Amino acid sequence: MKFLKQSNQAIVGLLFFSSSLFSAVQIIQPSENAYEEIQEAFILAEPGDVIRLTSGTYDLQDSLSLDVEGVQVEGEGMGQTVLNFADQQSGAQGLSVTSDNVTLQDFSIQNAKGDAIKVKGVRNIKFLRVKTEWTNGPSPENGAYGLYPVESTNVLIDGCIAIGASDAGIYVGQSQNIIVRNSRAEFNVAGIEIENSYYADVYNNIATNNTGGILVFDLPGLPQQGGHHVRVFNNKSVGNNTDNFAPEGNIVGEVPRGTGIIVQANSDVEIFNNEIGDNDTVNIAVVTYGNETDDTTYYPHPKSIQIHGNKFGPTGYNPDTSKGELAQILFDLSEGNMPDIFWDGLLPISQLIFGQPENEKMIISNNGDATLLAIKPIGYMVPFLEPAILDINEFNGEISPLAKVEFDENF
Amino acid sequence: MKIFKQPFLLFFFIVYFSSQIEGAVEIDLKNFSKAPKFLSEFGFFEDMQNQIPAESVHPYSLVSPLFSDQTDKLRFVYVPKGEKLGYVKNKVFIFPVGSTLIKTFAYLNKNGALEEQLLETRLLINTNEGWKAISYVWNEEQTDAKRAIAGATIPTTFIDSRGQKVDVRYRAPNQNQCKECHQVNKVMTPIGPKARNMNKVLSYQSGEMNQLLYWAALGWIDQKLDSNPISSYTDVNASLDDRARAYLDINCGHCHIPGGSADTTGLYLNLIEENREKLGIYKKPVAAGRASGNLKYSIVPGHSDDSIMLFRMESLDPGIMMPESGRALADEAGIKLIKDWINKL
Repeated sequence: MKFLKQSNQAIVGLLFFSSSLFSAVQIIQPSENAYEEIQEAFILAEPGDVIRLTSGTYDLQDSLSLDVEGVQVEGEGMGQTVLNFADQQSGAQGLSVTSDNVTLQDFSIQNAKGDAIKVKGVRNIKFLRVKTEWTNGPSPENGAYGLYPVESTNVLIDGCIAIGASDAGIYVGQSQNIIVRNSRAEFNVAGIEIENSYYADVYNNIATNNTGGILVFDLPGLPQQGGHHVRVFNNKSVGNNTDNFAPEGNIVGEVPRGTGIIVQANSDVEIFNNEIGDNDTVNIAVVTYGNETDDTTYYPHPKSIQIHGNKFGPTGYNPDTSKGELAQILFDLSEGNMPDIFWDGLLPISQLIFGQPENEKMIISNNGDATLLAIKPIGYMVPFLEPAILDINEFNGEISPLAKVEFDENF
Repeated sequence: MKIFKQPFLLFFFIVYFSSQIEGAVEIDLKNFSKAPKFLSEFGFFEDMQNQIPAESVHPYSLVSPLFSDQTDKLRFVYVPKGEKLGYVKNKVFIFPVGSTLIKTFAYLNKNGALEEQLLETRLLINTNEGWKAISYVWNEEQTDAKRAIAGATIPTTFIDSRGQKVDVRYRAPNQNQCKECHQVNKVMTPIGPKARNMNKVLSYQSGEMNQLLYWAALGWIDQKLDSNPISSYTDVNASLDDRARAYLDINCGHCHIPGGSADTTGLYLNLIEENREKLGIYKKPVAAGRASGNLKYSIVPGHSDDSIMLFRMESLDPGIMMPESGRALADEAGIKLIKDWINKL
């Protein structure tokens, strides 16, 4: 055993009421036996323990898993402590976490064969200054997700970096109470994706050089669906012009290169104060889930979407019409003048005929000189009727701000 | 087979069993805090190396077992004296606290020149705090097995059923990996010993007998069981659909079940699932990434080559293969079965 078990009891006197009063710090250094040492420490850890991985590269052949609650796993910096899975032989993730109240901080996971870090079914998880990366650049051979919390409650992702995921760099799925902030997603198919989730704040992030910058999606056939209450604000989603490299079959494989933000089949989404530009195809797209499903409980249309105070840069100058059908339709309808904001206009038939309920209508206001195209499905199908709305002022309205997402970050 | 619906008590009187020697098991299995370092400390075996169980430990076998790199599995069960099992239809038997399921993974190499090799013995112990999983890895001398907290990698060679030598990087799982498959809704549970999967004849020292009747004769079961046997997926007389569903149930259905570790995908492969889309038919992948293999659906009826399920069963890449853990080789027989099934759907 190379790791030292340091007791904190020497400094007990300084730590009144500290929850880590009886915690231990285990220090592990890179070595031949690093996998066994880390995995053993993860299994034998007691709640409150800190497991510290010192600087250096750890070459690991098997996936790591943590199932003890209240453990903090920390490196000495995302550039210093690197867990490298280039030679991984078994396990579908780099690191998997299935226990509550875990903090992961200050390390990198590189070249995992599957997902980099998967966290499933936990309450309270923090990712602080964690980096996940596939170092060969965008490739369909890269793992699907970088940071991947799913079915979890109280998820904080702060100061993280995700690069090269063949699906989403930062992906939060089927969760609730979510904060993604101060993070950076680059060269992924989807930069940041919130899917089938409730109550998410995504702010102060940079999404660049992805295929699509920030995605708010809802899919059918899953244990949790009906995604709602997502705020996307103060982010930069710029220059997301990497060709889509997702393996076919994956839903993000349908995202056109050059998309800033996509909202699909969610309700109560507020997109404000973002800087969105230099995206080849479109800055914001609001769309219906387009595939068939026999899930009768699923609602495929977006509703109650609010878009305000955003600053748009150039877009649509080099659209990718090869992915999905909508980009081509949009290109045709706009005669090549791609708008900042696109809505496919699809609604339940009764609403297409009789109109949407007031509180479900999209509101777009105060976005400078932003342009818009919203399809009018009936007009689109019937000759001589207007196929689309081009006047953004038709969506003017009063913003009803969504509540801030809050939970105790000091667990 | 309706034999198990007959009253068991009849058999109780005609089958003679020697009295149990409880002392054979030497560890307090109910209040189990720290696992012993060596398997021998439990006293489950009279002869470790030859895997001859102590008198109060009984062998069992499953109709449809999980594929684990073509290992031979030697299964044993210990139930504290005088205790009974509970029964709920379609579920694993409810074992009393103190019970232990013992499973040794080995290459017996019956078809070739290589020696028998015991790899690891996994224990599932029903403690006062619920089921606990521990794995012991056998030493080179094959005299005892040592606790492997982080699991172990065992590179070895074995002789397959056709007499061919096969190299394998065998992985004994760590405790957390045990939970990946054995945990449903965060509660650890055994997977194999369901009545339907136990309903077969086994060769005991005392002679051949249906396992459920044997357990009844031991006094472990004293109620009527309402459970037809599952099809063995190797039984050529069973229907293709029954065989395929039996295979998917035991190989996939412990994770791909509501509350299981793969429930995030919405793909459910446990025996009682009947919704076609949930079973994967024209179901799009959710989080598969490159494991989709550029295919659109889990199962495309009539087209196994277009079905992600088969692609993932065939793969040896850890980022693609299914199951995610527990195998380093492909299950050729299972692949053929599922291929035939999909092609005839």
